[in-house]
Amino acid sequence: MNILQEHISAEEKKIWQLLETVVDPEIPVLAITDLGIVRSVEIYPLSTGEEWGGAVTITPTYSGCPAIDAISIDIKLKLLEHGYKKIKITSVLSPAWTTDWMTEEGKIKLKAYGIAPPQYSKKETAVIQCPQCRSSNTKLLSQFGSTACKALYQCIDCKEPFDYFKCH
Amino acid sequence: MDNQSLINLTLHLADSSLILAQRNAEWCAHGPILEQDIAITNISLDLLGQARNFYQYASELINATKAPSPLERAGGEVSEDSLAYLRTEREFKNLLMTELPNGDWAQTILRQYLFSVYQYGLYEQLQKADDAQLAAIAAKSIKETTYHVKWSSEWVIRLGDGTAESHQRMLKAIENLWPYTGEFFMPAAYEQEALLGFDLVSIKPAWLEKVKTVLEEATLYSPSSGERQGETVFMQSGGKTGNHTEYLGFILAEMQHLQRTYPGAEW
Repeated sequence: MNILQEHISAEEKKIWQLLETVVDPEIPVLAITDLGIVRSVEIYPLSTGEEWGGAVTITPTYSGCPAIDAISIDIKLKLLEHGYKKIKITSVLSPAWTTDWMTEEGKIKLKAYGIAPPQYSKKETAVIQCPQCRSSNTKLLSQFGSTACKALYQCIDCKEPFDYFKCH
Repeated sequence: MDNQSLINLTLHLADSSLILAQRNAEWCAHGPILEQDIAITNISLDLLGQARNFYQYASELINATKAPSPLERAGGEVSEDSLAYLRTEREFKNLLMTELPNGDWAQTILRQYLFSVYQYGLYEQLQKADDAQLAAIAAKSIKETTYHVKWSSEWVIRLGDGTAESHQRMLKAIENLWPYTGEFFMPAAYEQEALLGFDLVSIKPAWLEKVKTVLEEATLYSPSSGERQGETVFMQSGGKTGNHTEYLGFILAEMQHLQRTYPGAEW
């Protein structure tokens, strides 16, 4: 989980847990919290009693990622479903998202789904392991894959083409 | 910072990205092979995303001035959509190079390369700008531009150092596009007034160096090096201040058609 604040209220913790059930529409095995795109959750009781107000702040992966609008709506719906009617969803650009914010759990899920997970940007090497047969004998087919965040690779041993979630 | 200059500068950055995004999108389903069709349309999508960020910021700035704007034609506030869909040709401030027809694959590749290397240098400076939002958009975008530079430079080398035919086509592309590179580094009045903390001319040497290195590796020469060194190439300009080639009108006619015909249509 990608909690940035050290001290969070019990109510905010509940929101984080709800966000763990909102998935990336393009890669449905990944929760948005695995991706590291939820930057902060801030909520406070409204004076009217049971109601909560506040903001969930997210950041896009790539500038043109079409999933961000869908994700924003999915968060809104999830919160509404659980009675949170007055929480704003805002999007910020800075600091720019990096794949280093992806959780270890997220990387394991990606691999099991057949997508090679991103390496740490500071340590990226040329070797990308095939998510199918674990061979390191792979080659880059194209820097750009089925979505902006992926590159297309092929395993030379098992011949399977596969997506690599590229470092960003 | 002068607010109108900042608005114009933001629109200029948005327009160049949007128009090149639109041009690259024309390759959708027409690319030479599937992987490259996907690559050029991915680049188009990145540029569109960058344009949206700039337009959103420009609309905030415009709405904050509270002055009546001719862009509120559809009624209500200025938005990223009204800026993209309801401005006329003379209001667009994109670089002329971005509006030129795609031509063949060589011309598309070379344009992407020349533009991306320029955009990289620009964002590198812009991410240090005093204006926090422009700096944030630049810092976000430069990561994407890094891929564009890498991809297009590999293709420039592949085509230049490829067959006699591809080499010939690259030479033709250089001849066609080079006169549009001068505009990159000629600041419009609003660029100077926006006081970004850097001079546009200062990013030229690094651009030229990078471009020359790749063209040489591709067994090609830039018109400012090799045999033609010293010859003067007439540089086209005007896009930044709304004086465009005839091509922009056609792009806008296609891109804006729906909103012009059915104002406010949504889906």
